[in-house]
Amino acid sequence: MVRFENVGLRYGMGPEVLRDVSFSIEPQSFQFLTGPSGAGKTTLLRLILLSLRPTRGLIDLFGHDVAGIEKDTLTTLRRRMGVVFQDFRLLEHLTTYENVALPLRVQGRDESSYRAEVVELLRWVGLGERMHVLPPVLSGGEKQRAAIARALIVQPDLLLADEPTGNVDPSLGRRLLRLFVELNKSGTAIVIATHDLALMDQFGGARRLVLGDGRLHIYD
Amino acid sequence: MTQAPIRDDQETGDGEPPVVRERPLGRNQPLVPAASIAGRALVTVIAIMTFLAGLTAGAAQLVADASAGWRASVAREATIQVRPVPGRPIDQEVARAAAIARATAGIAEVRVYTKEESERLLEPWLGTGLNFEELPVPRILVLRADPAGRPDFAALRKALTADVRGATLDDHRVWVERLATMANTIVALAIGVLVLVLSATALAVAFATRGAMAGNREIVEVLHFVGASDSFIAGEFQRQFLRLGLRGGAVGGAAALVFFALAGMAASAWVATPGGSQIEALFGGFSVGVWGFISVALIAVLVALVTAVVSRITVRRTLGGLS
Repeated sequence: MVRFENVGLRYGMGPEVLRDVSFSIEPQSFQFLTGPSGAGKTTLLRLILLSLRPTRGLIDLFGHDVAGIEKDTLTTLRRRMGVVFQDFRLLEHLTTYENVALPLRVQGRDESSYRAEVVELLRWVGLGERMHVLPPVLSGGEKQRAAIARALIVQPDLLLADEPTGNVDPSLGRRLLRLFVELNKSGTAIVIATHDLALMDQFGGARRLVLGDGRLHIYD
Repeated sequence: MTQAPIRDDQETGDGEPPVVRERPLGRNQPLVPAASIAGRALVTVIAIMTFLAGLTAGAAQLVADASAGWRASVAREATIQVRPVPGRPIDQEVARAAAIARATAGIAEVRVYTKEESERLLEPWLGTGLNFEELPVPRILVLRADPAGRPDFAALRKALTADVRGATLDDHRVWVERLATMANTIVALAIGVLVLVLSATALAVAFATRGAMAGNREIVEVLHFVGASDSFIAGEFQRQFLRLGLRGGAVGGAAALVFFALAGMAASAWVATPGGSQIEALFGGFSVGVWGFISVALIAVLVALVTAVVSRITVRRTLGGLS
């Protein structure tokens, strides 16, 4: 599904922030991406999302070598991925419902064709009563769930979550993790970037990708 | 489906209870917030540009209509001048010229100026009270062409040269050509001004679009991450800018139409004065006509379309550059 081979990344003429990173993400797998703050977790996720291009190495995404990839193909690949940002990135002028429906709307689908599934998902993540409000009215946990729902609505093959429990209390963090586990059981590969050891311990069987000094160490 | 109104906890600032705001599903909110675009400034610029382009088009239409009128009336008339030739009685020559002219197909009327009328034509230059007996005053015949068909002036000229000594035919072609050149020049200038106005509008829109993209960078990034294509994102910006373009075009176009209506009314009031009547004689009535109004409306639509297309192209190019 995702394959990195000797990937390196540097910004401008600076030192390499990622060096010789090699790993693969299999379908329906579950892994934590961890490491100290500033180790490059978000950078690695951005490489998978193709919002950054490597300075060397090979990245293969869903069978496509991303070097010289066409823009249309890039859009198609992104539609197979869901992403949860650390800072949520909800559009402030759209309601919770509209934010969650966004990935379907950008595909050009008619609103009436997806309304039922968006409402159902919002109820599933406990935002059934908050679907009409704008993000500034939501609490941190509600924003987090809205961001997760937005990533899930397209039933992605791969879900990338950047510190999804960073802004919520431990109890909500555990509930969100259960949500990811359920999603994984339904067939979605999950990558959760976190430095929350307690969170990882709750799902001890998961694979761990540990970033340190720009290099990646894998613990299966 | 859940359509229940919700409470949106926005304080009014006066200690009043929170405002209850309904935001129904499916309201199709624009993804690029209208407030994030410098809309009012851009609408003002577009309105001014449309107004100027509308004025130019209307003025060009006015001149073109007046010129067409002049040309039509000038082309309907021709003049035969018969100069006195020693040994040839001029009255006979004039009668022969008139007969030839009447026999020419397409000539509806021949008016022969009498000797007295011809002499009177010289009074503005030579004054009154002169004895014209000694002067070889030429005689004038004015021919009025049949509106249905243009006479063959070349054949008439040939016949006059052959049969009437001292006769020359002036079909005013030089004047018609000069008027046509002048009118075409003014129309070309108007098109040039329109192109400049559209170019300036396009540049203003390009700058505004870049500003809007910079202001909405995070939204653009999120749209990309959730799988929006460049075309979709460009379409979102284009929709907003088309709306602004239509608004600016409507305001500017309406202002131009109001200007022409007021100017027409002012000209009607002024036409009673000597100056006004001379201007009317030159330009005709101050009315841009139906085509003038249609061209102003078309310019407003064109400006709106340019606004939309330029914003789309700018977004596509900017996104292309980002990648």
